[in-house]
This record gives sequence, C-alpha cells and structure tokens, in this order.
Amino acid sequence: MSKYLIDKFLFTVDRDPELVERYREDPVGTVGWWEAEQANRLLNCITAENTTWLRFEEPERQALAEHDYVRLFELGAHPFLTLTLFIAMFERDHGPLEYQREYGARMAHFSLPYPDIAT
Amino acid sequence: MAEIVAVIASTHHPFYYKASTATGDDRPPFADEWVAKIEAFRETLTRARPDVLVMVGSDHFHQLWLDNMPQFLVGKAPFYDANFHNEEREFGLPKMLLKGNEELSAYVLREGLDAGFDLAFSNELRIDHSITCPIITLRPEADLPIVPIYTNIFAPPLPQPKRFVQLGKSIREIIESWPGNQRVAVIGTGHLSLELGGPRQFGDHGPDPEFDRRAVEWISSGDLDGCLSQVSLDSLHLPGNATHGFMDFMLMMGVAGENAKADYVDTLDLFHTMEAYFTWYPHGSPAERIEIVQ
Repeated sequence: MSKYLIDKFLFTVDRDPELVERYREDPVGTVGWWEAEQANRLLNCITAENTTWLRFEEPERQALAEHDYVRLFELGAHPFLTLTLFIAMFERDHGPLEYQREYGARMAHFSLPYPDIAT
Repeated sequence: MAEIVAVIASTHHPFYYKASTATGDDRPPFADEWVAKIEAFRETLTRARPDVLVMVGSDHFHQLWLDNMPQFLVGKAPFYDANFHNEEREFGLPKMLLKGNEELSAYVLREGLDAGFDLAFSNELRIDHSITCPIITLRPEADLPIVPIYTNIFAPPLPQPKRFVQLGKSIREIIESWPGNQRVAVIGTGHLSLELGGPRQFGDHGPDPEFDRRAVEWISSGDLDGCLSQVSLDSLHLPGNATHGFMDFMLMMGVAGENAKADYVDTLDLFHTMEAYFTWYPHGSPAERIEIVQ
C-alpha cells in the first residue's frame, strides 16, 4: 500500500494547471511519466536528494490511470484531494453541481466505516 | 493587559464569496438571505472594535503537506499572502494580502510552548480559505493585523478533541496576559457535519442534520462536558467524513470558556452543509457596556 504516493500524485498534479490538463487528456501517459520522473522528488529539494523507494502498486497505478475515483476512495486516497482534482478536470463538462452529485451517487455502495485514509 | 473583546466561531463556506457577488441568473436563490445573515454576523465583530485578529483555521493541503505535517502551527510573519490557485479555480476566491502582528505571534509561540504545546511555526505562510473566508465575511476591509493559528483536522493521526479544547483555553489565557492594551478578537472556523468525496456529499442538507442540531446546542450553551463526552476521533467519522473540522469549533469553545453561552447564534441550512455563526463577548456586549458608561 502506498496511500501516501497516491496522495502525492493528486496533490502535485492539482496544484499545477498544466498537469491538471495533461492528466485530464492523457491519464495513462501522465501517470507513467509521473511515477518515473516525479514520484521520488522530495519536494523543495534538489534531484540529487531524491527519494529512492517510492512506487505505486499495480491497483493504485491502474486506478489513477483510469480516472477511477471510486477505486481511489476504496484504496484510501484522501477524499479531499481526489474530489478537488476531479472537479478541476471534469466539472466543466457538466451542469451546476451535476458532477459532484454524480460523484457521490457512484459512491453509494460504501457504508461506514469508510476505507482508512491514514498514511 | 490585552482584552479579548470578541470570540467568534463560524463555518467557513468557500462558496460565499461567489454567491454573494453573483448577479442576475448567476445569483443563487439563497444568496440574499445568506448575505443578510452574514452582514448581521459581521456587525457582532464590528461593534467589538478589535485592533488585532487571532485567526484559527486549518490548511487544506495547500502549504502543509504529508512530508512535514504539524499538528498545531502559528504563523509569525509581517504579512500573509492568501488563497491558492485551486481556491481561485474552484471557488473564485481572490488573492489577498493581510498584515501580521509578529509581536503577538512571538508571544503566543513562547507562552504556548511554555504551557506545554509544542507549537510549530512558519515565517512564510500563505493562508487559505479557512482564514480568508471569515475575513471576507466578518472583516472584508481586511485591514487588521492577524495571527494565524493552524490546526490539523485533515491528515490523520489527528490530536484528540480534548487537545483542541485545551489549546483554546490556553490561547485565551495567553492573549489575556499579553502586555499592553490591545483589543483582540479570536475568530476560528470549522465545520458541522460535512462529507467530501464520499457518498453523502452535496446533498440537499448537511449529511447529518441531527449532529448539526446537537453541535449548535453544545456550542451555543458552551457545553464542553457534553460535547467532549459524545465526541471522539472515531465518532466524528459518523456524521460525515470531513466532520473532524468540528474540532476547530471545540477549540473556540475552549477560548469562550466552560458553560459560556454565546451572545449571538445564527444558522443557515444550505445544500451540502449547514452554516453556523456564534459570537461571545467575554466582558459583556459592547452595546451594554456603552449603556452603562452613559
């Protein structure tokens, strides 16, 4: 499990407008590039100080590559990060609050307790 | 010594700015009522005539991140830039610049550390909507210096609810021991029941109206015992998966004091979440004091 790395992907993509568009248009390519080039960047440090051990597990890589926010919730991704990024990518294709409500409806099968988001 | 002239606890709704400034077809049907309630709430701060604002909020994974996550953090800087790109993108929030009061920040840090809170600090803090929303609603002139205090209600493991209350009590003691004659308002924002990114989000009401009703009762009556006996880190998952933001209300109950009845209480039932507004005057209502003087 690398919930932290899923969250790091969502966090770093969300704050970069170009990456948000790139992930919207090419999720498979963006996730592959990000895992190869960015996953081990220690934020605010030079590349010589990169982390050496972070990688996705296959279900995590796949959920991100498929824009599968339901699966991300199940895997324990931080729901605020997922929601914020997915609204940024897809709200524009829908009417007011339509996307947010559809997003909630697709989660209807989850009952308490929800998947643990602790990293 | 400094005087706490108002203690204010509020929800922070990032859509208020957009709703209140929208016109024509873009203006939501609930906007006028919401604006009227906010303007009445704002008056409770204005009449207290504060010189400085201590602002309690929580960073939403903007500057604070999982590689280095403080539980409680005090800003100590001469200025604070505010609002982040994704808040402008999603909520239409403007960029802002607020003045800081470094002297009070330093005092809160020193005294807080000595009181047993291992407070983190930041000398370059960009603040987010947990603090700018109450500036927009309560002090839109954004003309008073602030001391931002961030809590972690977002990234587990979280401090226990009682720790938020204890910190609130200490913040009050610290401010009231600050040498000088400044008039300080303490303003904190959190949530009632709230769901983000889960099945109960964006409903016609908040996800748990019964929790909201009890929460408003706890806060308005200052019922810290009742609140602490029924709220735990585990129980806060039940009303909605983002309800841990309620602990910032508990911190403000700590500032207001045990069994301190709020002098002003208002709520507004909106889609997605309920708004709630509370003001305490620890030394009596400003209007009453003016009458006594006259």
